[in-house]
Amino acid sequence: MAVVKTYWYLTRSSGAVALILLTVSVVIGIALIGRVRSERRPRFAVDGIHRASSLLAVVFLVIHIATAVLDSFAPISLLDAVIPFAGTYRPVWLGLGAAAFDLLLAVAITSALRERLGHRAWRAVHWLAYGVWPLAIVHGLGTGSDVHQEWMIAIYIACAAAFAIAILVRVAIGWPDRARLRIAVVGVFAAFAVGLAIWLPGGPFGANWAKRAGTPPSLLPHTVSRPSVS
Amino acid sequence: MGERLLQGVGVEPMTLESHLRVHGPLPAATPEVLASEIERAGLRGRGGGGFPLARKLAAVKRARGRPTVIVNGCEGEPLSAKDGLLLGLLAHLVIDGALCLARVIGSSEILIAVDELNIRAGEAALQALEQRPKLDDGRISAQVVWTPTGYVGGQETAIVRWCEDGIAKPRFGAPRVTERGIGRRPTLVANAETVAHVALIARHGGRWFRQAGTDADPGTALITVGGAVAQPGIYEIEHGLGLSALLTWAGGCSEPPRAFLLGGYGGAWVDAADVDAVRLSPGELARLRARLGPGIAFALPRSACPVAEVTRVAAWLAAESTGQCGPCVNGLAAIAGELRRVRDGVAAHSALAEILRWSGLAAGRGACAHPDGTASFVTSAVRTFSEELIDHAQHGPCDACEWPSMLPIIKRAQLAVA
Amino acid sequence: MTIRIEVDPTACKAHGLCAELLPELIELDDWGYPVIADADVPRRLRPLARQAVSACPTLALRRRAAASAAVSQPRAQGSRAFRD
Repeated sequence: MAVVKTYWYLTRSSGAVALILLTVSVVIGIALIGRVRSERRPRFAVDGIHRASSLLAVVFLVIHIATAVLDSFAPISLLDAVIPFAGTYRPVWLGLGAAAFDLLLAVAITSALRERLGHRAWRAVHWLAYGVWPLAIVHGLGTGSDVHQEWMIAIYIACAAAFAIAILVRVAIGWPDRARLRIAVVGVFAAFAVGLAIWLPGGPFGANWAKRAGTPPSLLPHTVSRPSVS
Repeated sequence: MGERLLQGVGVEPMTLESHLRVHGPLPAATPEVLASEIERAGLRGRGGGGFPLARKLAAVKRARGRPTVIVNGCEGEPLSAKDGLLLGLLAHLVIDGALCLARVIGSSEILIAVDELNIRAGEAALQALEQRPKLDDGRISAQVVWTPTGYVGGQETAIVRWCEDGIAKPRFGAPRVTERGIGRRPTLVANAETVAHVALIARHGGRWFRQAGTDADPGTALITVGGAVAQPGIYEIEHGLGLSALLTWAGGCSEPPRAFLLGGYGGAWVDAADVDAVRLSPGELARLRARLGPGIAFALPRSACPVAEVTRVAAWLAAESTGQCGPCVNGLAAIAGELRRVRDGVAAHSALAEILRWSGLAAGRGACAHPDGTASFVTSAVRTFSEELIDHAQHGPCDACEWPSMLPIIKRAQLAVA
Repeated sequence: MTIRIEVDPTACKAHGLCAELLPELIELDDWGYPVIADADVPRRLRPLARQAVSACPTLALRRRAAASAAVSQPRAQGSRAFRD
């Protein structure tokens, strides 16, 4: 029993750490777009932190996925980690995580091969990074069993706030170049935030979320014929 | 020395019959013989770069793929009119040369690039091509390509890029167009005048070509003489001819000259007092920190204001930057702005020093030679016109600043960029 | 064999990371664009040069193997020498 619990704890914690690292990476990546230069924080060092935090995020995600697969509680297979929406455990919400991981892999691999691919190809794929974070957040909210825990909520709020501030500051300073694009960027993320606000109370924070999310009935705590497992 | 390129030129385009009567038929020499004659001639590019044509031909032959010949008649330099004249009046000579070059490198495709505003030249080229429907028994096709107006648009890689994807801007880096140009195949880009010389070398040989000019710079060159001279126009000179002799030939200066601009807006100014020391060949001019460029000699009279002229041209050169390279865009804009302040008498004390520093910063750090040319134009102006520049810096514009400018620039309609 | 670094001026957007990493060879001009010393990269700086090339956000900085220093290439960037 102790071994099972370890994987369970590891997957939740590594998921949370991965989210934090991902947020750090995205925020720093957004900060790098500007031409701000400081003696104490040379841009190549900031760029180094961006690369390091992205790499660490991938490492923690691998741990997150591996422990989720190894954990015997939820029927998650290795394939479910990269092929979205095909699993049996909360397929939609897990699938979003798989999608986020796929995107992140594409970004990471193209970044590793950057000098070979050339700037244009690398840049085109790198845009996908903006999609990774929202997918990861919704995945976490949909599948996470710690959603109601205060510390987890605090992490979510902190990450969301950091991300929102980074985007708003960049747009305010004048990126992207065209005003219409700037409005579109703010609009998209505002819509995302509003969508979250509408979904959360009736969704993960609502009643019977585990069942509605697609947890196999055999794993649900209040099923009549089986003893509680969680 | 009799005229070579300009032999028999009239005011109407030379017909094919007159062309054959004046120059004789184009001999059916083998590509190897042609190539060796061009090498013996030591012909260098007449578009301003001065690169040995034989070396370029060798590079194209070495490369893999079906090559293309591009005759560069774009002539973006406002002070130059020789390529327009060649295509407009002597197109058959240019076509002969292009044919020879195509044979040497084994190409079956000739493109004649002409500035879209130079309608006369392009149409004359088209008409000449119509008179010769079967080039090399139909093995070689030739067509005219219209390029957008622009000072930098005639740069070798810019022409290739224009033909490929419609962007008339230079490209940086390897491989050169001789290796990968049109369609990623080897491309030979040669100035229209260079090509015309090839047509004569094919007929008379490389040794004949060297009978004119100097050892270092053999042959003749077309010089567009303009400004305060009695008979401005295009003159065919032997390399090494003295500037004084050319001016005499052009009827002498119509007004006392202050300075001469050699090589165009990418060239350099020479004080009129030094006119006797100036011999017109790339090698000789290099010793004077000047250039012949695409063959330009312009006389600026004493009555004109050199500061106003240079300021106006510098602003135009800054505007003609294609905007791809930071040092060029910023450097040339800074220089133009500071010159304006000097002319208006509101510049700082360090203005001239800053202008020279920025010129040094801009030169050599772009994807093409545009900033280098502007740097040469500006630094030679500072050297030659230091008196007038200091005078303007201290007292502001002079009376002559208001007068109509002598140096031409091409004002393009400002197109809205999406 | 010597190594030189050069910048593609059409790709460079003046991010300036190269000058931070390799101040011995790269200085920034008035507008933030790199001025690269016209010299070979000494052995001890080669790892830094590699890092600078990798760190350039637009991959404008390049490494170029040159023949021995005695036979220096003509300073023709791109097709500049062929300005025919």
